[in-house]
Amino acid sequence: MNGVHDMGGMHGMGPIQHEKNEPVFHASWEGRVFALDVAIDSRDKWTGDAERHQIELISPAEYLRMRYYEKWLAALVELMVKSDLVTRAEIASGKAMDRSSKTSHVLTAAEVPAAIASGAPASRNVPAAPHFRAGQRVRARNMHPVGHTRLPRYVRGKLGTIERDHGVFVFPDTNAHFLGEKPQHVYSVRFAARQLWGEQAAPMDCVYVDLWDDYLESA
Amino acid sequence: MTTTRRDFLTAATAAAGAAMTGDFSHANAQGHDHEHQAVPSDLTLRVKALESLLVEKGLVDRAALDALIDTYEHKIGPRNGARVVARAWVDPAYKQRLLTDSNAAIAELGYGGQQGEHMVVVENSPKVHNLVVCTLCSCYPWSVLGLPPVWYKSAPYRSRSVIDPRGVLREFGLELPEDVEVRVWDSTAELRYLVLPERPAGTEKMSEEELAALVTRDAMVGVAKVSLSQAGGPA
Repeated sequence: MNGVHDMGGMHGMGPIQHEKNEPVFHASWEGRVFALDVAIDSRDKWTGDAERHQIELISPAEYLRMRYYEKWLAALVELMVKSDLVTRAEIASGKAMDRSSKTSHVLTAAEVPAAIASGAPASRNVPAAPHFRAGQRVRARNMHPVGHTRLPRYVRGKLGTIERDHGVFVFPDTNAHFLGEKPQHVYSVRFAARQLWGEQAAPMDCVYVDLWDDYLESA
Repeated sequence: MTTTRRDFLTAATAAAGAAMTGDFSHANAQGHDHEHQAVPSDLTLRVKALESLLVEKGLVDRAALDALIDTYEHKIGPRNGARVVARAWVDPAYKQRLLTDSNAAIAELGYGGQQGEHMVVVENSPKVHNLVVCTLCSCYPWSVLGLPPVWYKSAPYRSRSVIDPRGVLREFGLELPEDVEVRVWDSTAELRYLVLPERPAGTEKMSEEELAALVTRDAMVGVAKVSLSQAGGPA
């Protein structure tokens, strides 16, 4: 979706606020939201792509105003409700209406190190023919899906060069909507800065973006 | 009967949803504009209430939450990445492995896993400077750098890094000559990027451990160089 989250190239966002000796969490609620999110994610009720999309669905004004972990909290609540883990009435009252008997395994402290160490690889070991090869000129498709996509607006319609084939990965545009993983090749695509931004860009500079087969066409 | 129950839930859900939206606006009216310490108290309370609810429903284990927070506050952070960089500086064969098979080389030092499943290491040189961003959200190599700082996730950094990387670097105090190629890595897929900074001159006699102490998070994101005098420099 062409949301405010797709920020590459926008003006007017102000100076970068670099905080010295920044803590990992600025308040205890941030850490709790982070941990709740990771712990609930481990239940595999939804995909990371679905979670990113849920954050994109926050209204633009709210998205820009909210603190980072506040967005996580909003998305987590929505996903838990959609997945029938909790009801809005329970969220509002803070009281469980029924104890979740359908509960699958709950992440324990002892399991945390292993869960972090294994992570959740998005690569897939399935045969998928690459549509492009390193060195090939490509164009990022001029497409504007209303759902989730990881094709940033600022590269759409632009010419680039395949730098490297990263292998086969889950496709976010379908995976975010529970429409299957549709595994396909992801490439590092090099765009000259001047191709993206015109003469104002420095002549030697470039931007690399990792793009899926479905985002690209031959040029 | 099912229909009745569903109707009831739908109504309750809509009401609670409306209430929640108001709640968020209230929190933001208080908390807007950067004062991280001035946390809106209703946000604190709301998270506490949610945690209690999820514990009561048997969906999460409090000790696991504590362990997750402890891990990212004390165990997984930029010191991991700094050790990778220092090893690459002192061991050319390791550096070669790091650049060609980043995952395996990083795993040699015991790092990997969540948000570091697919690592790519890019090397700075006198003629090439690399900068990492995620314009779409906040993708960042947790396994070697820990959780991202606020500025990395902020609208100013995400919007400008791709269109004006040199201006962004200038804001961080780094002025690059025109003949240096700036490569911006917009990590919007599942690949996670770590910058291998240049080893500063005058460090020839330093041990791997001493070198690691020089390497900053900012240098591994690409918004700074590594220098011998880190005092006063960005974290």
